[in-house]
Amino acid sequence: MQPPSPTGEPRGAEMKVVVNFDLCESNAVCMGIAPEVFEVRDDDFLYVLQEEPPEELREQVTEAARRCPKQAITVED
Amino acid sequence: MVDPVVVVGASLGGLSAVDALRAGGHDGDVVVLEAADELPSDRPPLSKQVLAGTMEPAAARQPLAARLEELRADVRLGFRVESFDVATRRIRGADGTELQASGVVVATGAAPRRLPGPELAGVHVVRTMDDCLALKADLDRGPDRVVVVGAGFIGAEVAATCRELGLEVTLLEGAPAPMVRVLPVEVGSFVADLHRSHGVDVRLGVGVDGLEADGDRVSGVRLADGTLVPAQVVVVGIGVVPSTDWLTDSGVPLGNGVTCDETCLAAPGVVAAGDVAEWLNPHFGERMRVEQWEHAIEQGAAAGRRLLAGDGPGEPFASVPWFWSDQYDRKLQMAGRPSATDEVHVLEGSFAEQRFAVAFRRGDRCTGVLGVNRPRHVVQARMRLVESLDWAPIEELFS
Repeated sequence: MQPPSPTGEPRGAEMKVVVNFDLCESNAVCMGIAPEVFEVRDDDFLYVLQEEPPEELREQVTEAARRCPKQAITVED
Repeated sequence: MVDPVVVVGASLGGLSAVDALRAGGHDGDVVVLEAADELPSDRPPLSKQVLAGTMEPAAARQPLAARLEELRADVRLGFRVESFDVATRRIRGADGTELQASGVVVATGAAPRRLPGPELAGVHVVRTMDDCLALKADLDRGPDRVVVVGAGFIGAEVAATCRELGLEVTLLEGAPAPMVRVLPVEVGSFVADLHRSHGVDVRLGVGVDGLEADGDRVSGVRLADGTLVPAQVVVVGIGVVPSTDWLTDSGVPLGNGVTCDETCLAAPGVVAAGDVAEWLNPHFGERMRVEQWEHAIEQGAAAGRRLLAGDGPGEPFASVPWFWSDQYDRKLQMAGRPSATDEVHVLEGSFAEQRFAVAFRRGDRCTGVLGVNRPRHVVQARMRLVESLDWAPIEELFS
């Protein structure tokens, strides 16, 4: 993992979190795994808090995508 | 040449074990034996979207189905294992094929219980895609009434789907309320009321005496009190039995499924995962066998890692099980492992508004949290329960 650049911008390949909201059922599994990125609020909808999360969250985000019962999350590089 | 790791069962648990083996650096051959002629589908949509006709069967794919090539899994469909010997780790197929395994993952799942008596057209279980499509074909014929025997989660979901298709439904449960063997009665009563509010004829505490037939087709369900409920379609949801027939003489310890230690190990070089596996969950200090979607994935991964640990002690598989069940526009979710006798504490909302979160309490312990249309509460509680089962932090979270 690379440290952030002096400006605070992450270096190198960035990931992008894409949720297919036609599939999403708000099971909130993702929120349990990566709460910095996914939040299901009281309206029962999922909110993506960071569409381009920092590299150190990659493992959690990938895990959240893997565990989504609807396979509604994709992580794009 | 090193013998392959053999995974028996190509559903969630088995494929997740393959994924973990590869992620953990296992480079050798992995053979996956599957008794069915097709890769098992993802199962949750079978009682809901596929049955309702809102999802194409082809879309109900397991998460790892698309990655089999990348995982270099040699999947052999239509391979029925006849016997296994734990001492030699030799597997024998029904067709006489023999395989020598360096390690074995038992992931054969479970098979639905059926009612005794001759097979009749119009009587269904819902376990596989074929089951689902056969039931769907019968529902498409527009039966006057569907009777669902058993108000567990599968039965309740099928009842809800049938109502949403505009069919008349009777839901029969032998116990005084649904799910009372595994959950406090308040929850079961809520489920019964939910179905009644959607027009289901819910009958509790009634045993089934047998089926009535018109020729080779079911015509009704005879209850223990003598009542006959006419039905053109009957769906049986009375639980499952772990699929361990092939292990009877294997030397693998069997009880409530395959008996594993806290690392999912059943015998040297033999691990088990998913519906078939009973293990000592160190987080609860209890032996449990969990029939849930996410659990199969997590335990499959743990079992795969356990094989990689070889003769070492391996990592205990500590788990707070979680599942969801969609019925009508309600989403039930539960984290934990409560028992029928636990206290029920309402954390949020109320049963009357059909939107709530409740926590189950046994002594100073929170054994689980259940929500209806409260996904945030359930997931937050689960995160706490993963840390500890202490009651106080759960109460504090929602105060």
